[in-house]
Parts: sequence; C-alpha cells; structure tokens
Amino acid sequence: MTTTVVEPQLDSPPRPVRRRRGRSTGSRDAWLLTLPALIPVLVLSVIPLAQGVYYGFTDKRAGLGIATHVTGLENFRKLWHNHLFLESFRIGLIWAVSVTLIQFVLGLGLALLLNEDLRLRWLARTLALIPWAMPPVIVAIMWRLLLDPTVGPVNQSLKDLHISDTGINWLGDFHTALPAVIMVGVWVGMPQTTIALLAGLQGIPADLHEAAAVDGAGAWRRFFSVTLPQLRPIIFAITSLDFIWNFNSFGLVYVLTAGGPGGKTMLPMLFAYNEAFRYGQFGYASAMGDVMVLLVVIFLGLYLRAGLRKADA
Amino acid sequence: MRKPTKAVRTGQYVALALYLIFLGFPLLWLLSISLKTPRELASINPHLIPHHFQWSNYSDAFDAQGLLRSAGNSTIVALGSMVLTIVVAFPAAYALGRFKTRLRPIATGWILVSQLFPVILIVIPLFMILRSIHLLNSLFGLVLVYLVWTLPFALWMLRGYVAALPRDLEEAAAVDGAGRLRTLVSIVLPLLRPGLVATAMFAFISAWNEFFFALVLLKNDNVRTLPLTLAHFVGAEGQVSLGPLAAGSVMATVPSLLVFAVLQRRLTSGLLAGAVKG
Repeated sequence: MTTTVVEPQLDSPPRPVRRRRGRSTGSRDAWLLTLPALIPVLVLSVIPLAQGVYYGFTDKRAGLGIATHVTGLENFRKLWHNHLFLESFRIGLIWAVSVTLIQFVLGLGLALLLNEDLRLRWLARTLALIPWAMPPVIVAIMWRLLLDPTVGPVNQSLKDLHISDTGINWLGDFHTALPAVIMVGVWVGMPQTTIALLAGLQGIPADLHEAAAVDGAGAWRRFFSVTLPQLRPIIFAITSLDFIWNFNSFGLVYVLTAGGPGGKTMLPMLFAYNEAFRYGQFGYASAMGDVMVLLVVIFLGLYLRAGLRKADA
Repeated sequence: MRKPTKAVRTGQYVALALYLIFLGFPLLWLLSISLKTPRELASINPHLIPHHFQWSNYSDAFDAQGLLRSAGNSTIVALGSMVLTIVVAFPAAYALGRFKTRLRPIATGWILVSQLFPVILIVIPLFMILRSIHLLNSLFGLVLVYLVWTLPFALWMLRGYVAALPRDLEEAAAVDGAGRLRTLVSIVLPLLRPGLVATAMFAFISAWNEFFFALVLLKNDNVRTLPLTLAHFVGAEGQVSLGPLAAGSVMATVPSLLVFAVLQRRLTSGLLAGAVKG
C-alpha cells in the first residue's frame, strides 16, 4: 500500500480542533468498528464482574462439580461476625487513607518545587517518575532489602546516629509493620500524584499570582487564596483515584509482608485472596469484594459531596 | 514576579535534596547490592558504594532456576498484549473519537466503573471461565486478560489523539470515493502514529509489570512471568541469595524503564488530552 499522506505534524500533545456537526450516517460503522473491543470487554470483563458480584450471594466453592446454592445474605451475616475480616477492613482504611494523604502532601510539595526554577529539577522529575515504571513486585523486593533488620542500610543509619542500637525488624514487628508498609506505598504512588498536581499548577494563569502580589499578598497568602482554590478540581480527582487504587491494591503488600506479622498488614484484598485461592471459598471471597465496592462508593460519595458543598459556599 | 529571597531559595534546595534522597536512594541501593560480593553483602556495616564491583550476580541470576524462561514468558505476554491492544483499540478509539453515538457515554462510564471494583470480584469468574476453556496456565489466556484489562485506559488515551486530528483529510478522501476502511488505514493510521506508539508502550508496561492476574491464573513453573518468579524467590520457599536477587530485579526493571523513558512525555500529555475532550 502506498501512503501519499503529508508528514504527520502531530508529535506534540494534541490540541483541540474546531468541531463540526456530527452526522449520524456513521452510526452503524461506529458499532462495527467498536465490535472487536466490545466483545472481549463484554466476555472477559462485564459479564465476569456481574458474576462476581452475584457469587457474593452464593456458597460457590473452588472445586469442579460442586453444586452452588443461592444463600442470600448469609455470607454478609457471617462477615459481620468475622472479626478478622472487620480488622482487615480497619487496616485497609488506615492504609488507604494514610497513603493517600501523605502522597498528596508530599506530592504537592514536590510539585511546587518542580514548578520553581531550581537546579537539578530534571533529576527530581525523572526520579519521581521511576516508581511508576517499576513492577510493584520489584519495588517490594527493593524495600525488603532496604528494611532488612541485619544488613539493611536503614537500620545501619539508625545505629550510626545512636537512635537505636539493637535495630528494628521493620516489616516483622507488630508496631512498625503497618507504618513501614505505608511508607513504601507512598513511595510507589508519588509519580501519578506529583504529575497530576504539577500539571494543575502549570495551568494556573500567572496573572492571578501577579494580581495577588500587587495587592500585597505574601507567598503563604497567595498559596492559600490562589493556588489551592485553583487546584481544587485536580486535588479532588487525584485523591479520589489514589484512594481507590490504594484500597484495592494487592501486589506490593503481598510481597512485602504477605499480610503479616500476625495479620497486622492484612489488607482486605489479601484477605479475600487467601479466602478464595487458599481455602477455595469463592462465594465468601466475592461477598468481601462486594463489601469493598460498597465501602469505596460510600466513602467517595461522602468525600465528593463535601467537596461540592464547599465549592458552592 | 519578585525573586524569592535567599533564605527561601536555601529552604527549597534543602527540601529538594530530601526528595532526591527519598526517591533515589532505594534505587541506588538496589543497584549497589546487585554489584556486591557475597562477603560484602554479609557485612553488617554496609556501604552504598561496593568495594569491588563485580558482575557475577547478573550471570548467577541468569542461571537461577527459571529466571531466564520467566523473562521469555514476560516478553511474549507483554508483546502479545501490546499488539492485540493496538489492533483492537485503534478502530474502537476512532469510532469513539469521531462519532456521536450512545457508545461514548457508555464507554466513559465503563472506564470509570471498572476502576472502582476490586480485582478479586473479576478474577474468580475469570478463573472459572479460563478453566472451562482450558486457558488456565496458558500465556495466551493471560494475554486475553491483559487485553481487556488495558483496553479502558488505552481507549481513553487514543481517543484524545483521534479527537485532535483534523477531519479535512478524511472528508477529502470520502469525496474521492475512498471507503471507510480505506480511509481508516491509509489516512488515519499514519496520522495517528504518535498516539498508537504511546498506547502500545502503555500496554507493554502494564503487561510486563502485572502481578495479580498472573499469580491467580498461572500455576505451572514453566509459564511463570518474571514478577511471579521473583516474588517466589523472596517467599517462604525462595532461598536465593541477595546479590542475584537484586541483579534479577534490576534486569526486570530495565525493559519497562526504557519504554517508559520514551513514553512518559506522551503518557502525561495523552492523559490530559483524554481528560479535556469530553
């Protein structure tokens, strides 16, 4: 085939173009073109998801040829009395909220720095993106090496600074396991948060800042009355997404601690995974998934409603 | 705008230095371990810079059980889902970007909803579907799953690029009597190349890095992907020494890091492009 098309000039980010009236002649074509994507999504995503939600109301087991019965709300009643599960939910919430919050604060700080004219900015920008590209399993292995109680550099520095002489078993101690895992979670999630906030910062018109400066507002004042309000939509979007991703995350903590010690880092996803693929309780595990969705939806609903209300005021 | 005072600038550089340490030190440490001798690794007084640089950890990692085969498996899966994603996403993204049909709000809605659900809900039925068609423990089965899993974001990204293309050429082609398919292949495809490259890289990285689906859907040693094998090494059974483990980890990171280096600019702008065009 010969392509006699002019050289594409679209290497830069796409720019909006003028819109023409869409004609509806292509409606059938549109369906045909979408079909190759639609079928796999339906068969391997929409239908399984509906099934998964439904399994929560059954006693489905892993083995072949075991009859499945609809048990209604029985799974949920059992979950309500399962204190291990409730505990894993509490841990999951602590994990998701702290990681999201710390990510936001650190990400905003870094974005503000990257928005300034500093040397080594390119290096920080590059480093801040790397965790995005790394497989979560590798990140977990890397931090296990760092936090190793005997040969890890973190404990070594503590000894050198005489903060702790014996060393701390970060991932194995009841008190430090969850905070340590949260720190790794923050490290992993820095890229998306920082980049989103940086894009937001760069979108703030400079004259807003100048006008505020002319009115005599100092740096702090400008930050709170110009920067933050302007960033608001992006802040809500990225923290909501971060919360969902964190609450549903699995691989990182699975490799870091596998939920230990003593269930101190047993996130809901780990709990449900064990229930499904270690004990074969497909129905019960699906019920946990149902509860997780419900909780995320309620949480986000409250969060976004609070955001909207404040925006109206 | 006024220049910041010297004190403010100093504070900013201190903060930047702290960020650089937090973000960069873990990576340097991993590299450092991968270059150390076993004796130096056992030292309780570790240094960031190895006394003797040695590369044998890397060759040891290649010899470690199954690591090379896992790298092969990961490559097959990542390339497979990359190609399949592009083939499927290109026409669909074009349709979503060009036609105002009911498909568009449905697709956008699905992209958002699919983010919300924990993968445990989808993986159990998937496990049973793949078991019934004998695609458990199969790299092809995993590629299918990755295709579906990557599609929402790939479509979202690519649609932004489509919406930014000028329509004039397509209309000219239609006037000249070219059919829809012809227009798509010889007009749109070349123009959309930057977007397609970005989407392809995104699909590659997603598949290369993925862990959860692989953990559930692959049980045999011979089909394991890299993340599975490396995770196995640090698990209860894994007794691989630190040096080769770190070397293997570095090697598993390099491909997605290289792809990402090319991609990152386009990924961030593609994200934004997808977001602005409602």
